Amino acid sequence: MSLVTITENIIKLLRDYWQVFLLRGVSITLLLSVITVFFGAILGSLLAFARMSRFKMLRWPVAFFVELIRGTPILLQLYIGYFVAPQVFPFLGMSDFASIAVALIINSACYVSEIVRSGIQAVDKTQNEAARSLGLNPAQAMVLVVLPQAVKNILPALGNEFVMIIKETSLASTFFIGDLMTSYLTVKGKTFLSLESLIIVGAIYFVLTFSLSKIIGVYERRLKVSD
Amino acid sequence: MIETVHLTKYFGKLKVLDDISETIQQGEVVSIIGPSGSGKSTFLRCLNLLEVPTSGQVIFDGVNLTDKGTDINLHRQKMGMVFQQFNVFPHLSVKDNITLAPVLLKKKTKAEAGALADELLARVGMTDKAKEHPKKLSGGQKQRLAIVRALAMEPEVMLFDEPTSALDPEMVGEVLSVIKDLVKGGMTLIIVTHEMGFAREVSTRVLFMDEGRIQEQGTPEQIFVNPQSPRTQSFLSKVLR
Ligand SMILES: Nc1ncnc2c1ncn2[C@@H]1O[C@H](COP(=O)(O)OP(=O)(O)O)[C@@H](O)[C@H]1O
Ligand SMILES: [Mg+2]
Repeated sequence: MSLVTITENIIKLLRDYWQVFLLRGVSITLLLSVITVFFGAILGSLLAFARMSRFKMLRWPVAFFVELIRGTPILLQLYIGYFVAPQVFPFLGMSDFASIAVALIINSACYVSEIVRSGIQAVDKTQNEAARSLGLNPAQAMVLVVLPQAVKNILPALGNEFVMIIKETSLASTFFIGDLMTSYLTVKGKTFLSLESLIIVGAIYFVLTFSLSKIIGVYERRLKVSD
Repeated sequence: MIETVHLTKYFGKLKVLDDISETIQQGEVVSIIGPSGSGKSTFLRCLNLLEVPTSGQVIFDGVNLTDKGTDINLHRQKMGMVFQQFNVFPHLSVKDNITLAPVLLKKKTKAEAGALADELLARVGMTDKAKEHPKKLSGGQKQRLAIVRALAMEPEVMLFDEPTSALDPEMVGEVLSVIKDLVKGGMTLIIVTHEMGFAREVSTRVLFMDEGRIQEQGTPEQIFVNPQSPRTQSFLSKVLR
């Protein structure tokens, strides 16, 4: 197999299957990633606060759950989401996409909860004390004094999480839900051009994650300037 | 005004405050001196319950703060606190640092709080800094801001925990002079300090703490000129040299 043949094949694939890669593949990967990041961030923040709660009965189970998810392979969690969830909750009538999305969201939420928690804990605790000494209650001190400072630690890490998730959604192709990695499987099945399809898919992933990283970098520098 | 009754504080097994019963009256300027690690900060922080006493009581204006039913947030509004490390809010402008609590806690409208902030900033010579961000301030300016932020709640008493210890020497004076103005204004002050000259000059009473107890107390004259306890004598001989 010469470099020339490979290049020719890639061009051919792009011409014949660009819709599979770019329209279907990229859009489903991005959709899945955005949904995961968005709901993962919300659920993750709730988990973070639960884990910092005064109440042991809340703190301990949440801590256990977060560590459990972080300590087991994501692919295993996707299998559970795909096969087990629809059987446990048949009345929800979840599509494959929804089942996978829920599994990804839960997985991401557990990582995000640690990002949020460490972002908050990185704010000097004397800031909280100063706020409390003025008479602010714990919620007011958290929302008006600690969180605005924690956001500067949290947002960049959340951006990195987004990049990670774009890559991790590729595991969803195990269940043929039409993401970018699934488009590789589809095109390979039709053309038997495995390497060429992989190169195309890899290049698209790289463009996505690289440009996202750059955007985050710009944003991060702006945050730094503003503090 | 503030009374501690058998105030005791442990950090784990370490006894940091040992059965302190003390009363501070309105209008007093009380300096607390003593070697580091003797429990001065912990004592001060117990007064507004930033540290929760292990046992004993803190009574403020007749209210038992250590009682579970007491709304501590309400009472803290009347007790300003100034920290060694300033602890100004870095994400807010100088003025917003000052107006945050009075507006949020409904003590003042935004306009009233703003006017008071301007007046207080003028009093400490920082009018031109109102719109500035705290990171642009020197240490001395940060500490003056912290004092003004506490004053904006119009507290009945101010608690200072080594307000000049983190400052470069050339900035100590400007902060002490702000505190002296408060003394002239008749405010009740409790000041943990290593500035012995200052303590001697402004205090109505000096408490000497060591090993979690108030070992000796009296007027500045009594403590600095004629200390009775050997511990006080030894401490003063080291710091005054
Ligand atoms: N949060 C804390 N946890 C554990 N030990 C503490 C804490 N704060 C203070 N201590 C200990 O309590 C003792 C008294 O501290 P502190 O009140 O800060 O003394 P001072 O202000 O007189 O220097 C010291 O031995 C210090 O190490
Ligand atoms: Mg101290």
